[in-house]
Amino acid sequence: MSRGSPYAPHTAAETAAMLEEVGVDDVEELFDIPESVRFDDEFGIDAKSEQEAVAETTKRLQRNDDLTEFLGRGHYAHYVPSLVDHLSGRSEFITSYTQYQPEVTQGFLQALFEYQSMLVELTGLGVANCSMYDEATALAEAALLAKRVRASSGDRVLVPEYVRDGHVSVLENYAGGADVAVERYGTDAGNVDVDALADAMDDDVVMVYAENPSTVGAIEENLDAVGDLADSHDALFCLGSDPVALSLLQRPVDVGADVVVGDASVLGMPASYGMALGVFACREDFLRQVPGRLVGASEESVPPEGARDGGTEAADGNRAFTLTLQTREQHIRKERATSNICSNQAWVALRAAIHAASLGSEGLLDLAEHMVDLPREVAEELNDITGVRAPVHDRHHFREFLAYTDQPAPAIASDLEAEGFAVHAVDDHRLQICVTDANEHAADRFVAAVREVTN
Amino acid sequence: MEHYDQAAYRQPEAGTHVPLLSEKDDTATDVDSSLPDDLTRDELALPRLPEPELARHYVRLSQQNYGVESGPYPLGSCTMKYNPRFTEDVAALDDAAVHPDRSGHSVQGTLKLQYDLQDYLGRIGGMDAVTLQPPAGAAGEFTGIRLAEAYHESNDEGHRDEVVIPDAAHGTNFASAALGGYDVVEIPSGDDGRVNLDALDAALGENTAALMLTNPNTLGLFERDIEQIADMVHDAGGLLYYDGANLNALLGRARPGDMGFDIMHFNVHKTFATPHGGGGPGAGPVGVAEDLADFLPDPHVRKTDEGAYERYTPAQSIGKVHGFEGNWLVLVKAFAYIDRLGDAGLSDASAKAVLNANYLAEQVDYEVPLGPFHHEFVASAGDQDAADVAKRMLDYGVHPPTTKWPELVDEALMTEPTEVETKRNLDDLADAFNAVAGEDDDTLENAPNRTTARRIDQTSAARNPQLSWQDLD
Repeated sequence: MSRGSPYAPHTAAETAAMLEEVGVDDVEELFDIPESVRFDDEFGIDAKSEQEAVAETTKRLQRNDDLTEFLGRGHYAHYVPSLVDHLSGRSEFITSYTQYQPEVTQGFLQALFEYQSMLVELTGLGVANCSMYDEATALAEAALLAKRVRASSGDRVLVPEYVRDGHVSVLENYAGGADVAVERYGTDAGNVDVDALADAMDDDVVMVYAENPSTVGAIEENLDAVGDLADSHDALFCLGSDPVALSLLQRPVDVGADVVVGDASVLGMPASYGMALGVFACREDFLRQVPGRLVGASEESVPPEGARDGGTEAADGNRAFTLTLQTREQHIRKERATSNICSNQAWVALRAAIHAASLGSEGLLDLAEHMVDLPREVAEELNDITGVRAPVHDRHHFREFLAYTDQPAPAIASDLEAEGFAVHAVDDHRLQICVTDANEHAADRFVAAVREVTN
Repeated sequence: MEHYDQAAYRQPEAGTHVPLLSEKDDTATDVDSSLPDDLTRDELALPRLPEPELARHYVRLSQQNYGVESGPYPLGSCTMKYNPRFTEDVAALDDAAVHPDRSGHSVQGTLKLQYDLQDYLGRIGGMDAVTLQPPAGAAGEFTGIRLAEAYHESNDEGHRDEVVIPDAAHGTNFASAALGGYDVVEIPSGDDGRVNLDALDAALGENTAALMLTNPNTLGLFERDIEQIADMVHDAGGLLYYDGANLNALLGRARPGDMGFDIMHFNVHKTFATPHGGGGPGAGPVGVAEDLADFLPDPHVRKTDEGAYERYTPAQSIGKVHGFEGNWLVLVKAFAYIDRLGDAGLSDASAKAVLNANYLAEQVDYEVPLGPFHHEFVASAGDQDAADVAKRMLDYGVHPPTTKWPELVDEALMTEPTEVETKRNLDDLADAFNAVAGEDDDTLENAPNRTTARRIDQTSAARNPQLSWQDLD
């Protein structure tokens, strides 16, 4: 129905005037494409009105079943305050480009500077970048940094058994180019098995990874030991976590973590089919090896003038923000850059920062404490069901836990779907159940459904 | 001049900065938990603002930021076109927000949308199969490099350890090849700004894994010898990789697959109008020719004989390049955009993008040494410093072009107006270019004067890094 792009505003008269100015009769003359590679067919995609296009996309998505999700395993949803959508959706933010002209992008730069600062507070580490794609790619970048900063050579990275296969696959894809091998070490009831890790360590290990909480929801009790083991072999200790857990649990810097990675989209985003926000924070001495963009505070290089002096907030009025240390990055250093990353997750970082600022310390700590209580309560109720034992691991949990089922777990998960609930079946007899403020309203119905389908 | 008044960043409060969140609240909270003390931290000091204050904080920040709706944004190689608002609405649907671990049969809508977008992109690029997983263009390049490696290894050609890249290519090309463990062989461009075939011939050999090429290239020029280039690369046993950054120049006129490219990435945040988000998220789907389809990332989506959609692992998959499914909400927006424009709209977008670039190139006083252009042109600031020109253009209420790159043109002003600008906007843009062209060095060096912040000291920012409010005095 449309004759052209609805977003190309040219009138016929304007087009004609412009063609004349350019000196051609037809716009096709401007395409300097050899005849032999010209495309003279169609894609076969019909143009639509906005109303039709909205309906088409909506119609497709609505084929999804309406399930209440008790899913986590490394990607979590909390309630996102309405304000996050409204503020991050302002077009000055969402439609802007990377801040290569800082004089007209102070707003986004400050928001990213604030995001970096929040991660510095949460991790206790000196530096946080303004985002990676997700936890898996951040972990991969950490491994490459570990190899770069190590004085002696080494080619092994150790990760715990519980890490998602997909995360390990990403890590292997990145590490392969640097000839680094990824190996798994043993775990004990959802925590690091310190003896197994000690056995796996040698001087070829450049990095040890552990998580808090672990992918199976257990709060880690051996972080100090992991830090010591890594230290004694001159390996980096990389800790995986998220901002909600970090607000309550041991501070990474206090357990000897050199790098923190994770998914900060637990703040500011719904589950979004896995769209995420990669955390990357590390010790200050690795500053020049950090992947990705960094926002720094600086000053205007010319003094404020005129009306600027009269501004009520101009006491130190020439502070200004800019992307900095860009000589690490691909657009300057090319094949010698610390990473190939260009586009990142800046807008997701903005959303996470707004969410965090709406909670503050108290709100975040309340939420985190709730994430300790909720799985405890739900596990207790499930444990009362005949044929179900929960939690499997005798640990403190955060958001989620494993439940053992006498009957096959995949069949139970399938039956629960029929009752309107989605859970993980992690193996033949274990379910993983994640409960947060986003789904707790349905927790009682969920427990009743488990009782029903295991009956 | 009228366009002065379009300077969105010239708010009444320009010149006064917004206090940091930490300057508005610096209270610390002691941690009191049901967990054992040795499993928790002692205190936390994150600022909290009451909701009305928080709203004002971020609105003030947004007023100090220039977006596509603030005015023209002619950044070369970035394709800063208008981002249709309705795509935000479909990406905000609850059904777009499902968890990535949902069973396939419970998310048939998501899988169908993935399948249909794979299909649309395949048709647009002339590719046999497309993965949506790479979360950005550079991640797409890296995926492509891994695909090339897997392909060569499966043919017992794993010794191929070089990737050939023209000097005018995006920095990501070099970095992505290096990340994959490849040696980069950089070749100089010819005097006409295109691939120098002699240099290419000398660079190709038995160790060539791939040539990475942008077409039209970063100078806005179509590589007319593309068929010969493809033959040369293929004869050497290498693969041809298409950097999709400039695809907005070709929609409906030529397809990478038809030109002989074996692998390509799409920048949906460029060609398909998804917002850049201040640096991201983007999405970098990768298309491949049939011979490479078995290597695509895990999972891929296919349609069953019964008409359902399912995830599967391609036979020789390289594994995953993102922990989950990439930047899904961005992909939803891209689908909605393509579906709205259709053949007619996509084709017209390229036509108007190319017309706008050529028209603007005619209007600017700066020398434009090469041509003919497609969607962007590179002017030379001549005796002026291109970076200073950019700063001065900010004073005229427009966003400047990309500067000092590609290096083939002295003091480059790489300009891509996109299809969304009216003739009047282009005339205003040209006025801004031409006003600056007539100004002296002193004026340029002291610019900008009418922006939120005046020129920022980059040297001290790098020498004395202050990367968090904890670093501030």
